Amino acid sequence: MSVYYTREHEWVRVDGDSATVGITDFAQGQLGDVVFVEVPEAGRTVARGGEAAVVESVKAASDVYAPVSGTVIEGNQAVVDEPSLVNTDPEGEGWFFRLTLSDNHELSELMSADQYKSYCEDQ
Amino acid sequence: MSDSETSLPLDGWHRARGARMVAFAGYQMPIQYEGIIAEHLWTRDSAGLFDVSHMGQLIIAGAGAEKGLESLLPADLALLRDGRLRYSLLLNEEGGIIDDLMVTRRGDHFYIVVNGATKEGDIAHFEARLPRPIVVDHMKEQALLALQGPKAVDALSRLAPGVEDLGFMTGAAFEIGGARAWISRSGYTGEDGFEISILDRDADKVADLLAEQPEVKPIGLGARDSLRLEAGLPLYGHDLGQDTTPVEADLGFALSKRRRAEGGYPGWHRIAQELADGPIRKRVGLAVEGRQPVREGAIMVDGEGNEVGKVTSGGFSPSLEAPIAMAYVPLAHAVEGKKVSLASRGKIFTGTVTPMPFVPHRYQRKGAPK
Repeated sequence: MSVYYTREHEWVRVDGDSATVGITDFAQGQLGDVVFVEVPEAGRTVARGGEAAVVESVKAASDVYAPVSGTVIEGNQAVVDEPSLVNTDPEGEGWFFRLTLSDNHELSELMSADQYKSYCEDQ
Repeated sequence: MSDSETSLPLDGWHRARGARMVAFAGYQMPIQYEGIIAEHLWTRDSAGLFDVSHMGQLIIAGAGAEKGLESLLPADLALLRDGRLRYSLLLNEEGGIIDDLMVTRRGDHFYIVVNGATKEGDIAHFEARLPRPIVVDHMKEQALLALQGPKAVDALSRLAPGVEDLGFMTGAAFEIGGARAWISRSGYTGEDGFEISILDRDADKVADLLAEQPEVKPIGLGARDSLRLEAGLPLYGHDLGQDTTPVEADLGFALSKRRRAEGGYPGWHRIAQELADGPIRKRVGLAVEGRQPVREGAIMVDGEGNEVGKVTSGGFSPSLEAPIAMAYVPLAHAVEGKKVSLASRGKIFTGTVTPMPFVPHRYQRKGAPK
């Protein structure tokens, strides 16, 4: 299993040809208290860089983009019911959706954990 | 040095306490410390310390100051007794709002607190229109703190005995930790509380003393915004502006009885007409269905999708755990229980016109009962 990161502060954990997507700890820290999450329905196709989910904090609304193209397997109902999971466990229980990858080559465009760490330090 | 680099007296104090700083009204200000929801609920439950030193503190003095100010504001200053505060509005010739402010009669002069983002324009406006020998002094060396919440009186009376005897919208001179302070029982959260004007050089010491009290935590701008929204209090530049009148903004209480009849302030003709016939649109509170907040800039639409109103403030209410908003809607819709359709982020939301405040005010009108 490998984890990749985007410049828009999403993470994607790849397991074979499926992947789990969420927002990073850095992103949840910037957003503050999350009060609303909308996740995509199973069966929806998403394109890399396209809007896939919504996250709103007390102060601001943000789109969550699909880090890779694919077909949604499942949205995480737990974060819809309990949006604060995004704050307390952003890279675990606070995941947004799982999808089947349509093009594994897209992963080469993403950052590794080390690359993402230095990217955040420059923010 | 640009305005965005300007720092306020407590800049280092906030940073040392882990505040996240953002640019606001030309200053670096703390948006949050531990988190907006926790800070919001702490203020409703105990006491929150807010740094509002970005606001403009002015002295207006000299013979004719009362009459001069009455030519610019719709307040009845002749009725305003020493040590009393009034909420008032600086109006333009069309009855639009240049700023909202607090005016206090303080002995032989008036003490006025205006918004940070508008203070330079306000000062120019006063200076251009107030005749000699009236003078306008911008107290640039003065910091302003607000201590808000049901336990604010417990914390502050320990440091400045006697503040517990102030009634809502009154003020007096005190000493706090050896520093001279003007303290009023007022604020912008809907809670009981105080505003404390002190010299810049005393700000760190006074903020430390207040924050050491067990009831008190420092609170950022984020919670200040969610608290005032729940309290139904409009924010200048969002819910009020040069193109909104006091009648549209539902601030009729700021138009005193004598001044409604006599006029003599800018925009009176339009305001009198709106008072008689009703305004075209009005500021209302909205309870929004679902959990997703509808924010400033969302459009109210009619059945055909035409724009008929707009949301001027909106967010998630930590106390009610639900989205709430303020909006300008056509007068026919400004009725409790009316449903309105709001377009935001590509979706349609339903709001219900709801009386404000969303969360009841808890002001201490006659001093703290003990």
